[in-house]
Parts: sequence; C-alpha cells; structure tokens
Amino acid sequence: MAKKLMKGCEAIGEAAIHAGCKLFFGYPITPQNEIPEYMSHRLPQVGGTFVQAESEVAASNMLYGASGSGERVLTSSSSPGISLMMEAVSYLAGSELPVVIVNIMRAGPGLGGILPSQSDYFQATKGGGHGDYRLLVLAPWSVQEAADLVQDAFDLADFYRNPVMVLGDGLIGQMMEPVEFGAERVPCKLLAPKTWAATGCDGSRPTNIVNSLFLDPEVLEQHNIKLKAKYDRMVRDEVRFAEYFTDEPYDLLLVAYGTVARVCSTAIEDLREQGVKAGLIRPVSLFPFPYAAVRAAAAKAKAVLVVELSSGQMIEDVQLALRGAKPVYFKGRQGGMLISPDEVAESIREVLAGKAAEVVNG
Amino acid sequence: MAETVVFSRPQALAAVQTHYCPGCTHGVIHRMVAEVIDELGLRARTVGIAPVGCSVLAYNYFAMDFHEASHGRAPAVATGIKRARPDLIVFTYQGDGDLASIGMAEIVHCANRGEKVTVVFVNNAIYGMTGGQMAPTTMPGQVATTCPLGRDVEQAGHPIRVVEMISTLRTPAFVARASVHTPLYAVNAKEMLRRAFRYQKDGTCFSLVEVLSTCPTNWGMPPAEATRWLEKTMMPYYPLGVFKTPERGDRAPRPLAPEEAVCRTM
Ligand SMILES: Cc1ncc(C[n+]2csc(CCOP(=O)(O)OP(=O)(O)O)c2C)c(N)n1
Ligand code: SF4
Repeated sequence: MAKKLMKGCEAIGEAAIHAGCKLFFGYPITPQNEIPEYMSHRLPQVGGTFVQAESEVAASNMLYGASGSGERVLTSSSSPGISLMMEAVSYLAGSELPVVIVNIMRAGPGLGGILPSQSDYFQATKGGGHGDYRLLVLAPWSVQEAADLVQDAFDLADFYRNPVMVLGDGLIGQMMEPVEFGAERVPCKLLAPKTWAATGCDGSRPTNIVNSLFLDPEVLEQHNIKLKAKYDRMVRDEVRFAEYFTDEPYDLLLVAYGTVARVCSTAIEDLREQGVKAGLIRPVSLFPFPYAAVRAAAAKAKAVLVVELSSGQMIEDVQLALRGAKPVYFKGRQGGMLISPDEVAESIREVLAGKAAEVVNG
Repeated sequence: MAETVVFSRPQALAAVQTHYCPGCTHGVIHRMVAEVIDELGLRARTVGIAPVGCSVLAYNYFAMDFHEASHGRAPAVATGIKRARPDLIVFTYQGDGDLASIGMAEIVHCANRGEKVTVVFVNNAIYGMTGGQMAPTTMPGQVATTCPLGRDVEQAGHPIRVVEMISTLRTPAFVARASVHTPLYAVNAKEMLRRAFRYQKDGTCFSLVEVLSTCPTNWGMPPAEATRWLEKTMMPYYPLGVFKTPERGDRAPRPLAPEEAVCRTM
C-alpha cells in the first residue's frame, strides 16, 4: 500500500481498524479529539460501532463489556481522562481483559494544560489504579511507529489477556507524517481463540464469568501469582528499545522516549559534527523497561543524561538500571513547554564539561 | 406411574444455595428473572451483569455467562456487551446504592441512549452489603448507620425516585416499578420483568424494572415486619405501575403530580 500523509491521531485510528478493532468508546478531550472523530466516521464504514460515552469512567467500562464479549476494542484519551479510567484499568487487569488504551499525554497535574507532556509515566508504568497489576506500555516516536505499535498492541493485549497502553504525547497526536499500512497484516503473536469470553452459554461448555472478585484470600493469592507470572513473561519477551549513534564511541549516553528522543537524536547529530560524542537509547516498551540494554549501553559511557518532558519520572527506572554504576544527569521541561535540540545540546555540553549537577537521591 | 413436575428450579438458576439473609427478597427476584429468561427461551444467549452490592455474587446464582462490573458501572458494561454482540440478551442486576448513587450517570445515559438492554433495579432503601448505611433511596426519618437519627431531608435531600426520573427521558421506553413483598405483588413483578425482557427480545428498547425489596437485616426487623414496613412506608412514596411503554406514542414524560409540582415552584 502506498504511503499516505496522516495526522498521528488519524493514523492511530486507522491502525486500530487494520488490526480488526470494531468498537471504540471514548469521551472528548484535547489533544486527542481527532481519534474519536476519525473513528466515528470510519468504524461504521467497516461495520463497526462508535459510541461517545458520557464520561471516561463509562467509556472504560464499555471497553470492559466489549472486551469480555471477545471483541477487539479501543479507547483513547488524554491525562485527566486517563485518570478517570484507572478504576476500570484495574478491573480490566484483574479480570484479564485485552483492550488497547491510547493516552496522548498533556501537562498536569489537575486540569493542567493542553500542550504535550510526558508526566504520566508513573501512572502508566507503576500503577495508577489499585492492586498488583501491570500494563504493557508502548511509546512511539513517529506517526508510522504509532500506527505499527497500535496494531501490535491489539495482538499483545489478546496474547497476554491484559490491557495495553500506547503512550504518546501531544506531538505524536498532532503531527503529520507519511504512514504506510501493510496490505496483509500478520499478527505479531500466535493467538488462541477467546474461549473465555462471555458470549452466551448453550450448555456445551461451562459458563464463562468475567470477574475480578475472589473473596477467598487463598484463591486471590493464587490469582495474583498467576498474574505476576504473566507480567514476568512480558518482562522476558516484550522488551523493546532502539539505539542511535552507539556504533561509534560515545562519552555520554542519553536516555529518552517518544518525540523527546527525536529531539535528542537531532541534538546528538549536530554535536557529532563538532566532535562531541553522545549516544542515545530509546525505550519503546516502558513496561517492560529495557533495564539490561540501558545498563549495557551506559557501560560504554562516562555518564548518562535523561531527557523528559516531566520533572523526572523515567529517570527512576534508569537509576534502577544503572544501580549507581554511572553518574546520572537530568534535563526536563514541564507544563507543556517543549524541548529544543539546542537546549539538549547545551545540556550535553554542560554535563561533559562537568558543569551540570548530578542527580542524587535521598 | 408417570410423574408430573409442577414446580422445579428454573434452568437459568444454578443449583446452589445463595448467601442472602433469611427474608431477603433478592433471592425471589433472582428466581423470577430466571423464570422469565427460561419462559422466553433466552438462556443460551443471555449475558448478565452483577453489581457491587449484596447481589455481587449473582454470577454464581444464575446459570449463564456473566460479567462482574465495578460499583455502579453495570449499565456501561451492558452497553459494551450489547454493542459488541447485538444478538445477546443483556441485563444488569443492580442495587439502589449501585444504580442511584455511584452509578447515576451510567444508568441515565444508558437509558437515554436507548441501549437495548434490561435493567433490574432492586430498591431496598439501604446499603445492604456494607452494613446498612444511608442510600439515596433511604426514606425520610429511616435510621441507617450513617444517619443514626434517621434520614434528615434538610441534610441529605429526599429519596430519589429512579423510575420517575428515568421516565422524564424521551428515549427509554419501558419503565416500571413493582414489588415482591407478597405473592400477589410478586406475580405482578414477574409480569413486569417478562415485558421488559420481551421488549429486548423484540429489539424494541431499553427497559428498566424497579423492584421494591426488603433488607430485614439492615432495617433491623424480622422478615414479616419488613414486608409490612415496605408496604406502609415505601409503597406510598414509590408508587407501583408502568410509567412508560414503547407503544405510548411520543414517549412524552408523564406530567408531574400536583404535590411534586408544588415542590418545584417553592
Ligand atoms: C468504588 C467503590 N466504592 C464503594 C464500595 C463499597 N460498597 C460495596 S457495596 C456498596 C453499597 C451497595 O448497596 P446497594 O447498591 O444498595 O446494594 P445492596 O447491598 O443493598 O443490595 C458499597 C458502597 C465499592 N465496592 N466500590
Ligand atoms: S444485608 Fe439485606 S440486602 Fe443484603 S442479603 Fe441481607 S437482607 Fe438481603
């Protein structure tokens, strides 16, 4: 299929349809309104259904019902709306229901602002809802990658019977880039039929109950152990990352995800021409985080610089990866302010010149 | 000699004992829902949604596929199921805390979209499961653990009449209130449930049946007294009857009763 110029939000919607998603439930919020708008006209064309829910609380519970019925289903929102979905996310994880949730992050806390941010990293990767659960979290840095990851997200959700979040920032949603959709999609996982779905029971099998309630603590503990084993399999099999400028020697390793990583790669490229050597590692899966890869890449550098559109959230995973092996520095912008390649280049120079303050915990 | 079965457990009901207290009408309502599903031949394509409340384990008591929803969200879950699989018969079973308090937004919008699902709304004027706290449906002066001196309408407002409120919406088309505190009323309640499920079977409309129910345990009275209290205290405030039907023309809401109209202008 030929390449098409598409807005990130539209590409995300089209990708879901390519992955066989027939249902979308959502509630308007900037900066991702183009996703529900796109789905509201595209889904009926492919025999699907779009419902504008009364709230994100309702939308996420509609997801629960549709997923429990065995169908592929998508919702999208932005930070305040995602907060409202956290109850359902916990229930989805507890009931082992596959859904795909797109979060086009905007700046917080509270109503915050509508401009791009990465300040929901903790919420996405460390919990957000209650209970011992994990989301698979994927972070694209281009419109094409957003489209690819959304399609993979459906397969991964079905494979693990777990919610998958695609975590983008406002830039991913709003920018236009060429995108290509493969004609014949092959799932990235071998998928079993959804024999667990509540589709009506004629007596030819035991009844299927979609449920996260286990009043007997011994039974609930066994359920938790089963879930943990699943999260461990994700950690083993689903780590995704990309490295740039790491074939040549480098003094400083940058760690950044999403569109910020693109800004970093531009900065590194500019500096390379001036003889300043930095490399970049970009986590694509935020859960599972590429701890081993970050550690290995950092081993070849003198120090590590983490760049985020937040006050520093992913940096905690980088520190976990490094276990104190290298000094860690941080550059961030917040509140919807973007970071420029020049600013990143400036930070790189400062760190290498010993003028930046190391991030020390405690 | 050939046996004639005159009474047996409905197929749609599982062969298990429920955990409901003696004299609780949840069990009767379960049974009637199951009988209606059997009589309409819907069991194999029915999916139910249990609430959070005393009937949280309903998925163990009905012999059919089920979802367990979070507190109040059953109508949203029902929407997701029905939109995903329109051929299924989908019903929620919800208490008054679940539906009329935490889940008020979900029920109103599910009704207003006209989702082709059936809602069985069990109003026992109290939070049963959590130990007898005040519900939005608790009667004025009724004692509950969070209103030990009785519901004070100056502080908590008047009890919410769900059926009347849903009836003000244009879209939903079968809205009724029934009671099960005596066999005669129960026969009528079953008829309301039958109609509600039949409308869904015919693909007609959203249907909601409110069923007045007893909670002897948290009302603090023996079962027989509880049924009398229901009749004496709840029924005058929660009148029984069919409030809306799909056949009734433009689906305009009923005019307010004079007493209510006075309230409005004060
Ligand atoms: C989000 C959330 N808040 C509170 C609760 C606690 N809770 C469980 S049941 C219930 C009230 C149920 O009352 P009702 O819906 O009237 O049903 P009944 O038990 O009387 O049948 C509450 C508040 C919960 N489970 N989840
Ligand atoms: S507490 Fe009340 S509602 Fe709950 S089972 Fe007992 S009598 Fe029924």
